[in-house]
Amino acid sequence: MSLRFSLAALLLLPLFAHGTVRPHQEMRDIFYGEILYHAYQHDYFEAISHLDIELGQYYALDEPDLDSLHWHRGQAEFAVGDLELYYRMHQRAGRAIEAVLGKNVAESERNEAAFRLARLYYRKQDYVNALHAIELIKGEVPEKIRSDEAFMRAQIYVSVGKFNDAITILKELKGDETYRGYIEYNLAMAYLQTAQTELAVAMLDELGKLDSDEEAVLALKDKGNLKLANYYVDAGDAEQAAKYFSRIRLDGPFSNKALLGAGWVAVAQQRYDRALVPWSLLHEREQTNISVQEAMMAVPFAYSKLNVHGKAAIMYGKAMDVFASEIDSLDASIKSIREGKFLTALVSKQADKDKNWVVNLRKLPDSPETRYIMELMAAHDFQESLKNYKDLADLRQFLTTWLDSLAVYEDIIDLRRQYYEPLLPQVEKKFKKLDSRIRLRIEQRDRLNERIKSLLVLRRPVYLATANERADIDRLAKIKVALEANPGLATEETLYRLERLSGVLDWRIESEFDDRLTTAYKNLKDLDGVIDDLNKQYRAFVRTRQAATQSYEGYTIPIKQLRTRLHDTQVKLKGIMARQGRVLEQMAINELDKRRKRLEEYQIKARFALAESYDRATKEQEKKLLEQSAITPEKTATTKTETADTEASATAATTTANAGEEARP
Amino acid sequence: MHSHAHKIFRQLLCIVFAALLSFVANADEVSREQIKGLDEQVQDIKKDVLNLSSELAMLEEKLLFPSNTQVSLFVSMHKGDDFRLDSVQLKLDEKVVAQHLYSFRELEALQSGGVQRLYLGNIKTGEHELVISYSGKAPAGGEYKRSGSYRVTKDVGPKFVEIKIAGPDSTEQDIQFRDW
Repeated sequence: MSLRFSLAALLLLPLFAHGTVRPHQEMRDIFYGEILYHAYQHDYFEAISHLDIELGQYYALDEPDLDSLHWHRGQAEFAVGDLELYYRMHQRAGRAIEAVLGKNVAESERNEAAFRLARLYYRKQDYVNALHAIELIKGEVPEKIRSDEAFMRAQIYVSVGKFNDAITILKELKGDETYRGYIEYNLAMAYLQTAQTELAVAMLDELGKLDSDEEAVLALKDKGNLKLANYYVDAGDAEQAAKYFSRIRLDGPFSNKALLGAGWVAVAQQRYDRALVPWSLLHEREQTNISVQEAMMAVPFAYSKLNVHGKAAIMYGKAMDVFASEIDSLDASIKSIREGKFLTALVSKQADKDKNWVVNLRKLPDSPETRYIMELMAAHDFQESLKNYKDLADLRQFLTTWLDSLAVYEDIIDLRRQYYEPLLPQVEKKFKKLDSRIRLRIEQRDRLNERIKSLLVLRRPVYLATANERADIDRLAKIKVALEANPGLATEETLYRLERLSGVLDWRIESEFDDRLTTAYKNLKDLDGVIDDLNKQYRAFVRTRQAATQSYEGYTIPIKQLRTRLHDTQVKLKGIMARQGRVLEQMAINELDKRRKRLEEYQIKARFALAESYDRATKEQEKKLLEQSAITPEKTATTKTETADTEASATAATTTANAGEEARP
Repeated sequence: MHSHAHKIFRQLLCIVFAALLSFVANADEVSREQIKGLDEQVQDIKKDVLNLSSELAMLEEKLLFPSNTQVSLFVSMHKGDDFRLDSVQLKLDEKVVAQHLYSFRELEALQSGGVQRLYLGNIKTGEHELVISYSGKAPAGGEYKRSGSYRVTKDVGPKFVEIKIAGPDSTEQDIQFRDW
């Protein structure tokens, strides 16, 4: 893992550990939980999209405090900024965080927001605004961000040249496990900037001795040791330089540079056989690495210094072959990039799944040799451009899918229209019938209700007479009228019977009035229940009819507008993506071209060195032949022994170099 | 002796740096302004697409899952439960409506407190039977399977049901249903 990768990883860690994109102790809003589900999977687009909807709906409410999102409102507002930051929408994230700062919030929330804003500006390398934001922090800093805030503040101070302030903070931070290694390294750099060289050297020395199993800290240790070794190289102290080179791990990200440096230190001491030890190790490594390619020239150089010109000539020859083949590979890679294969490979699905995708890109058909651009790909600018390009590719995919979806929606709407439209007139007719029936029943019920109410005020038992009783009353009244018209018919007995019957009827109606009123009231209540049921049916009917109508009406214009916007965005996106792609290609081509030119340079040097070595080897051989013909057999034996000794010392050096760990520079 | 060695050393360094400088000077570099300008354009288009996404989501919900028939079934876990959930199956009225196999990242999101909307669909108003079955690996090893049912009462408004599941080591109930 390169140091840049590890640094980026470490900077992100605290965000996940202390960020506000984490659940409340108790989840009070299920939709906020869903947003977190997307955020935790780093699916920031989905998370932001959902959060935008939720917050939009929340603020549109008349009484937002009654909504369940109310419990997470503070978190949600912070989360907007965080999620946008993760999705590299720095402008919007900045605005979201500034919005929190502008509100009347608690000191801890305000400080946290200011810290986030500072971090945002720092990442965008806008150090002046980062400083302004971090200075907004007043009073107590929340515990969860305390060390992050201090380290960020120190980094900002270093970036704006306030080295002494940075030193003060970093000294206080020393011992904090989260930033172990980083504190020492940054402190050393700050000391160097303030010309406190001795302190810087001591700090780098301390860093180089840190005991840790963490890959990031180990890489930092190596970086510190390399820095120190180079410092002593510049100071001309080869022994000290060798000491620090030897501290660097042989399997770490700086091992190649260390092996190369160790060799040059030995050369400076004119100990060419010792230079061969690290260089021979390096020589066997991945041929695309800059240091390894330099070692391909350095190893024969050392052999020539040891007067092993034959071997030097052979190795220069081999180096030339390697350089030629690598130049061909670079040419093919540049061609492949120009043909767009690089961009295709970058956005391939395989790249997302494969952890080692950068290296494995080269295995894809016609893809460029990515080992040459590993360092470039780890660089911040390239990484940001690459992430943007990948995001754009995702957005392009979304837009295509959405446009397809709109076509499907239109089909659905058409089908619904075809189904519902012929049905609706009949449904409407039935609905009207039902509607008038319900209205009639309601009117009847209301009349009855009014009558019962009036009976409670003014007792009128006859109102509660049954139909038979009413008929009997009518009949008795008619008989009475008939008897009055024909008095001859009216016997005493008849009149008595008539009176008795009227009396019985009146008695029954009068005496049962209370019971009848109670029954009537109960019946009215039952009728209310029936009418309620009818009303429910009515409402369900209205809803269904409305749902049927709304399932196909009112979509035409919004869909048309959305389609136009999607098309416009697609065109805009295509342009930006092409430009972003060209930037990536240009960066990669520049890098490959740089490496190609370096190899051409090596090729020229190797050619001259090969000629020289060959020349010297030939002269050596001629000299030996001349000597051989002139000397006695005894002397011949002696010369042979001497030559063998020289060759043997070189071979011994190579053997030692291959011995592995013991051969550390 | 020492000064001679130092001289060679310096010469070598000079050669390396000179070579490096010549390479840098020849390259057709991409400027930081160019990168920054593009980055701003990318941010703008992200904003546009996010707006479109929100509008489309609302249109989709209105068109495909109107509130009178909408039902959403959510799956969640107790925070910190280290049960290795493998799969979940949901049945509504004896019909399988959702099946899901969990990736490591999805499981981590659930264990951290995220809530997954596993099913979004339409049902009639009234009573419905919801059955959940899930399986996974117990922290101590071995397969762990559980199943539970719940009566969903769908009214006029949209229905949201959360199903909180627990592993064998959890002190909580295996399956908890909650209407939202």
